[in-house]
Formats: sequence, C-alpha cells, structure tokens
Amino acid sequence: MSVTTDDSAGASAIRPFTIEIPEPEIEALRARIAATRLPDKEPVEDSSEGVQLATMQALMWYWGTEYDLRRVETRLNALPQFLTEIDDLDIHFIHVKSRHENALPVILIHGWPGSVVEMLNVVGPLTDPTAYGGSAEDAFDVVIPSIPGYGFSGKPTTSGWGPDRVASASLELMKRLGYTRFVAQGGDWGAVIVDLMGVQAPPELLGIHSNMPGILPPEIAQRFGPVSVAPAPAGLSADEQRCYEDVSDVYTKGIGYAIQMALRPQTLYGIADSPVGLAAWMVDHDARSYEDITHAFVDGRPVGNLTRDEVLDNITLTWFTNTGISSARLYHENTLGFFDAKGVSSVPVAVSVFPRELYQAPRSWTEQAYPNLIYYNVVDRGDHFAAWQEPELFSAELRAAFRSLRTNGGSS
Amino acid sequence: MSSTVGTAPEIKPFHVETPEEQIDDLRRRIGTMRWPTKELVPDRSQGVQLATVQELAAYWASDYDFGRLEARLNALPQFTTEIDGVEIHFIHVRSPHENALPLIMTHGWPGSVMELLETVGPLTDPTAHSGEAEDAFHLVLPSMPGYGFSNEPTDLEWNVGRVGQAWAELMRRLGYTRYVAQGGDVGAAVTDAMGRQAPEGLLGIHVNVLVTVLGGPQPTESDEERAAQAQLDTFRESGSGYFLEMTTRPQTIGYALLDSPVALAAWMLDHDTDSYYKIAGAFVDGKPTGNLTRDNILDNITLYWLTGTGASAARSYWEDGRVLAAALASGQAPPEVSVPVGFTTFPGEVWAAPRSWVEQSYPSLTYFNKADRGGHFAAWEEPELLSDEIRDAFRSLRTNGGAS
Repeated sequence: MSVTTDDSAGASAIRPFTIEIPEPEIEALRARIAATRLPDKEPVEDSSEGVQLATMQALMWYWGTEYDLRRVETRLNALPQFLTEIDDLDIHFIHVKSRHENALPVILIHGWPGSVVEMLNVVGPLTDPTAYGGSAEDAFDVVIPSIPGYGFSGKPTTSGWGPDRVASASLELMKRLGYTRFVAQGGDWGAVIVDLMGVQAPPELLGIHSNMPGILPPEIAQRFGPVSVAPAPAGLSADEQRCYEDVSDVYTKGIGYAIQMALRPQTLYGIADSPVGLAAWMVDHDARSYEDITHAFVDGRPVGNLTRDEVLDNITLTWFTNTGISSARLYHENTLGFFDAKGVSSVPVAVSVFPRELYQAPRSWTEQAYPNLIYYNVVDRGDHFAAWQEPELFSAELRAAFRSLRTNGGSS
Repeated sequence: MSSTVGTAPEIKPFHVETPEEQIDDLRRRIGTMRWPTKELVPDRSQGVQLATVQELAAYWASDYDFGRLEARLNALPQFTTEIDGVEIHFIHVRSPHENALPLIMTHGWPGSVMELLETVGPLTDPTAHSGEAEDAFHLVLPSMPGYGFSNEPTDLEWNVGRVGQAWAELMRRLGYTRYVAQGGDVGAAVTDAMGRQAPEGLLGIHVNVLVTVLGGPQPTESDEERAAQAQLDTFRESGSGYFLEMTTRPQTIGYALLDSPVALAAWMLDHDTDSYYKIAGAFVDGKPTGNLTRDNILDNITLYWLTGTGASAARSYWEDGRVLAAALASGQAPPEVSVPVGFTTFPGEVWAAPRSWVEQSYPSLTYFNKADRGGHFAAWEEPELLSDEIRDAFRSLRTNGGAS
C-alpha cells in the first residue's frame, strides 16, 4: 500500500498524509475472498463455538461483491490526515479543527479490533455541534491517532510499545499540535490508554472520559483469571454483583482471543494471509457486539451505526495495512488487567456506561477507582463500540462530560 | 480429497487418493502467502517465529514430496467403519506372530495417525526390530472423529469418553476380546477414559501424558513434584493460548486454519516449547531431533490441510472443555481406573509427571519408567523407544496370551 506524504521536514514535522491503494491490491483482496476455503458449519445453533458459518458466508458475500473496497480510502481521505514521528515511530492521525472559537481539544483513542474508523462518525457532531443539535460552546478540536501497529501508524520493530508508552506518545502528539489544555477519551484499549494518561497527569491534561472504565478494585480483580474465576465475595451490591458476573463471563467464555494475542500473537499467521480468517478473528470480540454485527450481515438489521459497510471499512483497513498481528502485539506488551483500576488520582474523570458494554461499571466501584469523578451517566443503548455504534449519543455524552472543564475556555 | 471404498458391509477397505488439483491449489496458496512483520523477540515467546515458518513454507512448496503422505498411508491396511453415526478411519496391522496382543493406540492434537506410523514395525514385527516374538502386537490405529480421514461429527458430545466407547466397539467389531490401549496427548485422555469405563476385554492401558492433573491440584512436597508443578504453571500461564482458544472458540480460529495452509502449519507447530524448538531445528538448522524430520512434520500438516480438519479437530477441545468444566463444577471424582496402568514419563514432556503423581492418579499402576529422551510427541519422535516402553508395560498382562 502506498501513501503520499510531504516528507520535506525533519522527524518532528507534521506531514500531510493521503491514502492511495494500488488497484492490484484491490484485485488481490477480491481474489482471496473468492478463493476462501471455509470450514463446515458448527454443530451448534448459537455462537458458543465461535463465529458462525452463516455470519461469515454473509460477510464474505457482501465483502466480495457489493462492498466498495475503496470506501475506507475515500472516507479517510475526506479528512485531514497527518503523520509525525514520535519516539522513533510514525504516528498517523486525523486532525479536524472546529470552526468555533474556544473549541476544546480532545484526543480520541480507538481500541482492538478497531481503528480510527470507529471514530469517524463522531467527527461531525464534535467539531461542528451546531449542525448536530448542539451549541457552539460544545465544540471540540478533534485528534484521532492510530495506535502504533494499527492502521497507518508504523509497526514497532522493538518490544516495549505497551499502553503506557502509547499514552506518553499521545500526550506528546497533543503538545506537538500546540494544545496546552486538552482532554482525552477512549474505549477498549483507548480506555486503558487514557487511564494511563490520567495516571501520568501532565498539567495540560484537563480530564479524561472513558466508556470502558478500569474500575475493578484490587481485591475483586485478583479473583479473575483465564477460565478460572473465584465465586463473587459476599456483600456486593446488586450492581456490583451484576458487574462481577459479566466480567466472569468474559473470563470464562470470551477471553480466548485476548489470551492468544497476549501469549502468542505471532502464531496468528492466518490473520495476515486470509481475509476471511482476519474478519472472523475481528468479529469475535464479545457476545453482544457479535450479535449486533451478525444482525447487520445475516438479517439486514444493523444496530445503530454498526452497518455492514462500517464493519467492513474497519476490517478492510486492517487487511490493506496488514496490521492483524502488529495490532495483536499490544496485548503481548500489556502487563495490566484490562478492567482493573489503574490508579488515576487527581485528574478529573468522566464515565459513560453503555448498557451492552462487556460490563456495566457500578457507580460505587467507579467512584473508588477515580477519586476525582466529575461525571457518571448510564445511557440507554450502545454496546462495546460506543462511538462507532451510537456516534450522536456518544458525542452528547462527551459534551456533557467535559462541559464543566471548559470554564476557562479551551485553547490551542 | 476423495477415497476409494470397498463394498464390504461393515468394515470397508480404504485407500487414499489425492486429486492433483488439490495439491496444485495447496502449492499455490503456500506460494501466495502474505507474511506479517517479524516478531520482536529472539525466541518463541511471541509465537512461532517468522524464520521457522518461512523455512517450512519454502520446503513445503518446493522440495517436499506430496506423494509421500498417500504412499505411506496406502502402504498399510486401512479401513473405515461407521460407529455411533460417524465413519471412523483406522489402520489395522496384524502381527505375523501368534498370540500377539491386540493394541489400540490413539493419537493426539496436533497429531493424527501419522504420529504413530513408525511404531507399526517395532510393535507388529518385533523380531525385525530388536524384540522377541512374545512382544508382538496386533495394532489398531484409529483417526479420532473430526481428525484425518474419520468423518467430522455433526452432533455434539463427541468428547474423549464417547471416543473411548467407540474404540471399545471398534475392537469388539474386529473380534478382539482381550486387548490393551495406549495414548499420549488427547490420545492419553481417550485411553484414560477407556480405563475408567473398563469395557469388557480391556486388559490394561499405557499412557505417556498425565491428563488427570488438569482436574485438580497435585502434591508439591518433593523437588521433583515442585518441578513438575512449575512446568504445569508455565503451561497454564504462558503456554495455553491455543488450548483456551480451541476450548472456547474453535470455529473462529477454524476460518484461518481452513483458508491458509501456512496459518495451519504455524498453529500446529505452536504446541509446546520442547517440541517447537525441535521442529524449528529441523527446518531452520537442518538438524531434526529423533524422527521429527521435516518430511514427517509436513506429512501430518498436509494431512490436516487435505482433509480440511483444522476446525473439526480443534472442536474436540471444545467438547472436552465442557466435560472438564462440568466435572470441576460438580466436584465429583470420576470412577477410578481399575485395570492395570503403565506410564512412561518422557523428559521433554510439557509436565514431566513424577512417579508419586502417577501413583496417586492410578492406584492400579503396574509399570512406571522415566525414559532418557523424547518429548510430548513420544511415539513420533522416538518410535523405537516408545515401542520398548509399550512392550515392557504390557508384558505382565500377556500371561494368558492375547487372543483375537
């Protein structure tokens, strides 16, 4: 895949970036999809053995025939994209400034199996709120980086790019863009990364917002391990009990992909070589988002914005950049419990709880994890991919979450 | 891959025939492999190393003889027979010696009957392999349901217990009224299950993996026990990714395993540290360990590819995981093995079981030995040594003579 950049400046320069996918790569992807050798149907009538054959057949068919393989290229090139080298690695990012004065700068960080594609539909509502039912005072300048190893960011060639280093690079990116007062937002890996930005707590960081907050108290977190989960302790509230059971389900039934990527990411050669192998691997994140994505492909009933085209934009981007394995390496580099409290102390924290997230963070544990909790809200719809599936609702949450931090005005 | 099948009503002769276009397609797919970037570490800690897989792919596509697999299997008497709704493929080699003891040996994952082929000579024809006529076995090597040329079950609950029952039926159907059973890896779990079921005619079992440790804690009083526990902890903490994925989501990984031969090969190489480095040595340094040669490794992988059994073999872990979870939840111990048990610990095994653990798991232990070489794929890597162990383990059971 070739790219065009302005390479006239030094390492810390910010270079404009445009995607150009060569036609042979388009043809090669189509040919591979058509030549896919599929397994037989699973002998169960649900998703308990993994991604169902009917889902993959529907996805494959749409991907290989009706889907516009240049859609993701077109969508990304419609936005201002840049590269800049941070810590010896090229970081790709989208940067859209609001036309409103005093817009608050925000960095939005995606997760796995995501990419900047998850965030594309919040660009409008966040940067141009008056066109989306908001007011000028709600405007954000938006920065959406690709995590190292994901999308068009460079692939690390040495160990050490764990979430903490990504957090440092994200802070450096905002400073390099000239932002001296900004906020950060994330879900999935993005949530871990913004938590760690909060732990680092540089003065420029006004606050963070998470839709997958790390909230498990240490005495709860230690009860969870792959497959083996201790029974819930006595004395949990109803909300805590429900959260405990949801996390238990993740650990006992749904964490195989994460453990595989944490232990042996390199062994997954199939997600580099087989587009359908990659798609199946990416669709199998969690039971609720899988169900939503299956509806889009099998029943033609997408849930929210999680349409066939959106799902395939993300998979196609991962295919063309060959980042299945390089993105999986983030799990290998990580040493922290995904859902554990990370030790954010002084930085203001806002949390939105989406009802079909892996778990619903109880207010009690959220307050414990974030001593400076400034916003906590439970919304009425949305799964793990909140920004992607419910961009307007998600944008409304960000406006509300950060409103109190704007009193001095954002600046750049 | 098609096969020619005879007309006998119950037990049908079987012959492998691979259409040339399947070989061409496989070679084409290997040739168009799209590679990831190299791992960031100098060892296997991030998974199967790029250099290993690239050497494997190069040899597979260019120098490997695709006729080998077919020739090796067709050189042996193969059959299929339907048991419990699934067509079971098996190799059946009768010894020239009278009073040979019938033996059913079960392969594991990521194995197949290919693991066991080099034991056929020593076990059935011992006098040609430094043994005596009294050591002879009639040998039955079935393919597990969902593996190799056995059919893929379309119904549920094909766990090791059900496979064990099918094997007892297979031996009965072959006319064996007194026989023994042997296995490693998943084959050890099948053999262990047969020992607990104690079907009529089963005289004893020999296993070379202690599968019972997955069901609960073991004593850690001696240095040897602590060392084995440390190996078990290492497996659980850093070596069980493939195990967990196949136990929970076999279909998901199956898409890559069916569509990409190199992905299948890498997935199959990533079993355990000892065997990985031995296999990597065969491909990268040209230094195979024992019988784990490039050709033997690729025979097994090629069989998985041509039969399209990456997902269906993985599914056996899902089935066994459900049984294990139910057993742990119920807290009920399984019935003990009452027949005599033989056990051999190989030094490179994932967890090298101390005698004390084996005695605790099998109170009817009649034979225990520690071999001086060999790893997880004992039958494959050291066929003569494993054959010696099997002879020694079952010698005391022959007093009444085997019969068929």
